[in-house]
Amino acid sequence: MISRLFSFHGGLKLDDHKDISAATPIRPAPLSKRLIVPLHQGGRQPARVIVSVGQQVAKGEIIAVADGLFSSAVHAPSSGSVSDIGPYPVAHPSGLSADCVVIETDGEERWIEHQPFDLEHASREQALAWLRDCGVVGLGGAAFPSHVKLGRGSGVDTLILNGAECEPWITCDDRLMRERAVDILSGARILAQLLGARELIVGIEDNKPEAIAAMRAAAAEIDAGLRVQPVPALYPMGGEKQLIRTLTGKEIPFGKIGFDFGVQCFNVGTAYAVHRAIRHGEPLLSRIVTLTGNVSNAGNWEALIGTPLDELLALAQPKVDTDRHLLGGPMMGFALPQLDVPLVKAGNCIIAASPRLLPAPPAELPCIRCTACASACPAELQPFELYWFSRARNFDKARDYQLFDCIECGCCAYVCPSHIPLVDYFRFAKSEIRARDQEQAAADQARDRFEFRNFRQEREKEEKAAKLAAKAAETRAKLAADNAAKPNETANETVADASPNAAPAASPGAPADDARQALIAAALERARQRQTSATASSPATAADEQPPAAS
Amino acid sequence: MLTAILVMTGLAVVLGAVLGYASVHYRVEGDPLVEQIDAILPQTQCGQCGFPGCRPYAEAIARGEAEINQCPPGGEDGIHKLADLLGRDFVPLSEEHGEEKPTAVAVIDEQVCIGCTLCIQACPVDAIVGAAKQMHTVVEPLCTGCELCVAPCPVDCIAMVPVAETVHNWKWKYPVVKLNEARKEP
Repeated sequence: MISRLFSFHGGLKLDDHKDISAATPIRPAPLSKRLIVPLHQGGRQPARVIVSVGQQVAKGEIIAVADGLFSSAVHAPSSGSVSDIGPYPVAHPSGLSADCVVIETDGEERWIEHQPFDLEHASREQALAWLRDCGVVGLGGAAFPSHVKLGRGSGVDTLILNGAECEPWITCDDRLMRERAVDILSGARILAQLLGARELIVGIEDNKPEAIAAMRAAAAEIDAGLRVQPVPALYPMGGEKQLIRTLTGKEIPFGKIGFDFGVQCFNVGTAYAVHRAIRHGEPLLSRIVTLTGNVSNAGNWEALIGTPLDELLALAQPKVDTDRHLLGGPMMGFALPQLDVPLVKAGNCIIAASPRLLPAPPAELPCIRCTACASACPAELQPFELYWFSRARNFDKARDYQLFDCIECGCCAYVCPSHIPLVDYFRFAKSEIRARDQEQAAADQARDRFEFRNFRQEREKEEKAAKLAAKAAETRAKLAADNAAKPNETANETVADASPNAAPAASPGAPADDARQALIAAALERARQRQTSATASSPATAADEQPPAAS
Repeated sequence: MLTAILVMTGLAVVLGAVLGYASVHYRVEGDPLVEQIDAILPQTQCGQCGFPGCRPYAEAIARGEAEINQCPPGGEDGIHKLADLLGRDFVPLSEEHGEEKPTAVAVIDEQVCIGCTLCIQACPVDAIVGAAKQMHTVVEPLCTGCELCVAPCPVDCIAMVPVAETVHNWKWKYPVVKLNEARKEP
């Protein structure tokens, strides 16, 4: 089937270096003695742990449940016992620690009871909940929970399966498509069904002819309604917006996603995980990892989530002059501060780098405003402007120039003749802006709460005053009634009883005034007594004082 | 002569009516400058500036009764912003009002807490929950780190814990140029 392809702005033709790891079939990585499973696998919220230290877990048992809308479950990748729950270093550019569940494996690989999900007799919501509980997340790199991405189940016409794999060196999707094409397409059809999509396109870069052939063969076998479409090998073709534009001609504007335009994009690895979850009932416990770079035995391994990366990389036999390790590709990945960190669902590739193979970038020189970066930018931004603003910490301007449209693909830094690490500046500016936004939101919340507290205190004061006034009026009325009942002579005596040292008697004509004056005199007397002797107040006076003191 | 007087009078009447209408209908409630100053202040409501909350301090600045360097939680950054807004010169943080500290949240040692509710009354943003003779605890996301609850505690069970850096709030650092490497370049 021939159909028109579109093109996106910029992009780069890169040496793909894919041959060295794409030649060998996927091999299973040996079971590690100790699996460290991070609770935060991507998305926005970490999962909530439900196991305790010492507990025996079976392979595939849920160890942490989805906590919040943008979260998905985490499972025990193998059977064994939970030996610790706590912070361990994780694969993150900061080298910081995050909460992990450590499982000492027993080597039995004892599965928890599981059966396929009955998709035909279940509602959409049940299917999405099943995917969430199977921990299915996007395996293209962002690890965004798939059940969230499947959305409402309407408004999407086109499902795009992303097999572009545009980053150099990485071949995990390539090998997966060559070897498990039927399963991938089965998962893709489930996704299309859940989305309600009528059209299914698989986009694969044309530097992977074997994968295209395998996918086409599988497509012919199971379904004619889908199209396997080779796309030009142009970095960053695998970017969601870039692939959507290439295949459908739809340009997704700032702040929108493909969903708003009837297109949704899933990675081929995610489709495979969906197939395993629905057709076999298996949660996402492992992924394909490319081990390549300065190694003598490059290739792809299927490794359990939580396997330490140093154990994993040892399988590829890194050479002695390896000095750095990159997680992800050379363009968008980051250098790992340490290698004894666990594999996460988003970890697609580890590259051993040496000064000869992937030299560290040369030192930064001044920007000469050549605009080569703007020509290369696939998001059609002006990276040199963004660079000036980020460098000068002029964050508002950087935001005005659509810094958040930047996909951090690294094309600008790659072409820069002054070797400016542009993406580093953009990442810095983005995280500063996000932190400021959060601080501002917290300050606004604090202001609201403070103002409400003041309002509440004011209201309480008024209510109390009203209550006291009502009480005083009641007492006054009672006294007035008493006075009215008795003759005028005895009224003075009553007042004198209430306060022995009371000030002069009131005029007999106005009993209500009398009573008030007497009350004031009594209060003054009490205050005087309290001042003169702190402890000498009689029990009766103390009881009188009780209501105001407690207020 | 008469025409001139009539024209001028007429103009005065019309313009006066327009201005009078505008002053009634386009009246700005409150002082907009106070709002702008208040937006810059960090809203910790700690009272270190000598005013009972951020808004009273903003009002005092707007009236010219307070300096712009009395807010330790806002730090130098905040003083710079206030100086920009008000067209004043930057002045370093006033020492008598305190020093800039890293963001912290109050944490109650729940084993020691006797449930006296004094800290609950002191908290300006109602971030402490509890009841008389019941354990109290700080709702961490709401705590502004103002330290007002620390002093009233009779058993000294409240500590200010600096907010630790985690993978969630970690920020990319400003790219650093390595001068040694730059020098090595031809």
